Amino acid sequence: MERVANKNRKNRGTLLLNGIAQWLKDNLGIIIALVVLCLILSLNPITKNTFLTLKNIFNVLRQISTNLFLACGMTMVIILGGIDLSVGSIIALSGCLAAGAVVRYNLPLGVALFIGVLLGLVFGIFNGFVISKTTIPPFIVTLATMNIAKGLAYVYTGGSPVRVVTKEWQFLGAGYIGSVPTPVILLIVVLVVTALIMNKTKMGRYIYAVGGNSQAAVFSGIKVSRVKFFVYAYSGVMAGLAGIVLASRMYSGQPTAGEGAEMDAIAAVVVGGTSMAGGYGKIGGTLIGGLIIGVLNNGLNLLNVNSFWQYVIKGAVILLAVFIDYIRQENKDKIRVEKK
Amino acid sequence: MATNVLLQMKNIHKTFPGVYALKAVDFELKAGEVHAILGENGAGKSTLIKVLGGIYAADQGEIFIEGKKVEIKNVKDAQKNGISIIHQELVLVPYMTVAENIFLGREPMKGKFVNASKMYEEAQQLIDSYGINIDAKSLVRNLTIAQQQMVEIIKAISYNSKILVMDEPTSSISEKEVKFLFETMRNLTSKGVGIIYISHRMSELAEICDRVTVMRDGSYIGTKVVKETTSDELISMMVGRELKNYYTRDFQKDGEVILKCENITDHKMVKDVSFEVKKGEIVGFAGLVGAGRSEVMKCIFGLTKEYSGDIYIEGKKVVIKSPSDAIKHGIALVPEDRKLEGLYHIQSVRFNSTIEVLSEFIKGIIVDRQKEEEITQKYIDMMSTKTPSMEQAIGKLSGGNQQKVMIGRWLATSPKILILDEPTRGVDVGAKSEIYAIMNALAKSGMSIIMISSEMPELINMSDRIYVMCEGRITGCLTHEETTQEKIMKLAAK
Repeated sequence: MERVANKNRKNRGTLLLNGIAQWLKDNLGIIIALVVLCLILSLNPITKNTFLTLKNIFNVLRQISTNLFLACGMTMVIILGGIDLSVGSIIALSGCLAAGAVVRYNLPLGVALFIGVLLGLVFGIFNGFVISKTTIPPFIVTLATMNIAKGLAYVYTGGSPVRVVTKEWQFLGAGYIGSVPTPVILLIVVLVVTALIMNKTKMGRYIYAVGGNSQAAVFSGIKVSRVKFFVYAYSGVMAGLAGIVLASRMYSGQPTAGEGAEMDAIAAVVVGGTSMAGGYGKIGGTLIGGLIIGVLNNGLNLLNVNSFWQYVIKGAVILLAVFIDYIRQENKDKIRVEKK
Repeated sequence: MATNVLLQMKNIHKTFPGVYALKAVDFELKAGEVHAILGENGAGKSTLIKVLGGIYAADQGEIFIEGKKVEIKNVKDAQKNGISIIHQELVLVPYMTVAENIFLGREPMKGKFVNASKMYEEAQQLIDSYGINIDAKSLVRNLTIAQQQMVEIIKAISYNSKILVMDEPTSSISEKEVKFLFETMRNLTSKGVGIIYISHRMSELAEICDRVTVMRDGSYIGTKVVKETTSDELISMMVGRELKNYYTRDFQKDGEVILKCENITDHKMVKDVSFEVKKGEIVGFAGLVGAGRSEVMKCIFGLTKEYSGDIYIEGKKVVIKSPSDAIKHGIALVPEDRKLEGLYHIQSVRFNSTIEVLSEFIKGIIVDRQKEEEITQKYIDMMSTKTPSMEQAIGKLSGGNQQKVMIGRWLATSPKILILDEPTRGVDVGAKSEIYAIMNALAKSGMSIIMISSEMPELINMSDRIYVMCEGRITGCLTHEETTQEKIMKLAAK
């Protein structure tokens, strides 16, 4: 009995190690890219004293947390073969509503934050409902809800930020738990939850199945519309969460917040190796993708690169990262064909 | 039959890293003949064709066309030498017209613009010259598969090809359409075109082919004149051993009725279909493509929601409105189109094997990986699936092994009723025989099997009873003893 238990424990241990080894192998290209990027920044005379400080590292993690919240939802959406353009605007609306709840209606902080997340869920459910019940492409549906959410944020605020000046308000985005920034803790929780859903639950398998071959999924008896509904709702919740964290960090709900955030999230997912065609991808890759984009942003700022040029460089790096991955896949495919 | 040699391939060698794909293969094609290449999956047929078509370069060997030595380094070279290949998967553009497809990339021009009227005129002339009834202006997506195949052939011929390669052209068309295809082929050979014909269907050889070359494991085994050989001889050449008991079947009689369907109508294709299946029975469904056989099964499996009629399982009336209802009632369906409706291509054999039975090893967020591997291994062993490991992506396996995983996936649900829609399509001879043996064993153990098939020999040799369908209706039911090919055809074309 004891021996069996031991064996199981050992198995679990080796499984974990195997998992990590596999993760390193799968993401080798982008991990190297990330390491090179970090090396450049820690060796460069201008940044070497600032980049590798704990303060700066936490700063980077704090900044990328909102993007990675979105990217967690987006990874599922893209594996499913879809896209969710509405998340950036949901950030704005959820932040504004949460801030408004505190400032305008004097609601308790907890309720206000809950309203923010709930708003994300409502939009996610709406996206999921339309996408799973009709054949309207997700691109169009979420393009529409993107505009709706953005418009509502402007209508609600009249176009100017809703400022919140209480200290409690700042805890979520700008505060610390111990010496670790709160959003970093939140990020770890979200990453773990997302990874568990994708790797350990039936729903996770169904997401890969529907994304890989939705027709086959129907024949498998998988309730495809339920899977789609779940994934878009999850993405909405992630956007709602990102919204309140960002609003907290900025001491205000801003109708302009999160503009273009959906594109950064998509970039993180794609740099992380998830296939836009659906059916393939891992949350571990998305984490690295998000880190690359975050470190790059941070490095460019530390190097005092003109912010207009930053866009150009960011675009080039994204293309390069995806291109390296593309070459690797091509080589893999070549070997596959030739072995036949 | 003309006697001048059109094409000669001599001593062709081709290796890929780790694989000797072609070993000293010889092949000869005469003008005006249809020459079949037979072999199991992986025998090297496709590689040989790809060498001929300029997709692969041979490591060694020579190619002669009409006695002249030629170099074929790329697809253009092949076209220049009058070689056209019609691939198994159709490569027409669905949202373009027939004429646009035929002249794609070489449209007749008038200055800088496409001369549309001339293009349609010429295309229609080409089509008419083969006695085919297709409008050059219709969109390809509105054509039937067989019609699309005709367009492919016309497109190929319009390059003035002397050598036409057809890779499994009949795998997705009905018997009637096959007849028409064969007529077109005869029409071509009478004009001196040589046709290389690849097919898994032995029964077609006698009908259309003059000679047959057999390949096995990348080697040339031999060439026979079709009239002077038997299918038994060819099969043993293909598998390298005498294949005894190609069909395994212990016929069954008088079990209790497991499934009874009454007046199934889907208001589109299926009209008033009633039938029953007994315990341990293999029930065949015969008919032409489009007779509504798959559509009946889609009703029973809950894929079609709007249907009327009653389904009884073990005497109890059941309501099936979705596949999960059907699975709950012990029904499993291995679909007709493996690629489209079955496989999760980039996922592993393990993922593909266990997708129906996740509840057995996933509880919340606890995955019992060991149990999952046990289940996977059980069905790999039961089906004798050949795969390097259970983590292998299923898309990389051969058709036969993919099909075995598909069947295993559904056996894992321990169904009472197993519906197999074209279970041996695109499956090589050896694997076919293994699938038959497994079907027999399952039936013997008390499982009821419904088999839809377009292959007469397997229907006749495997089924206890055969229902024949025509235009959405069941036109007859034949017991094993009384079944003949003629009787089935008569009922199918009623």
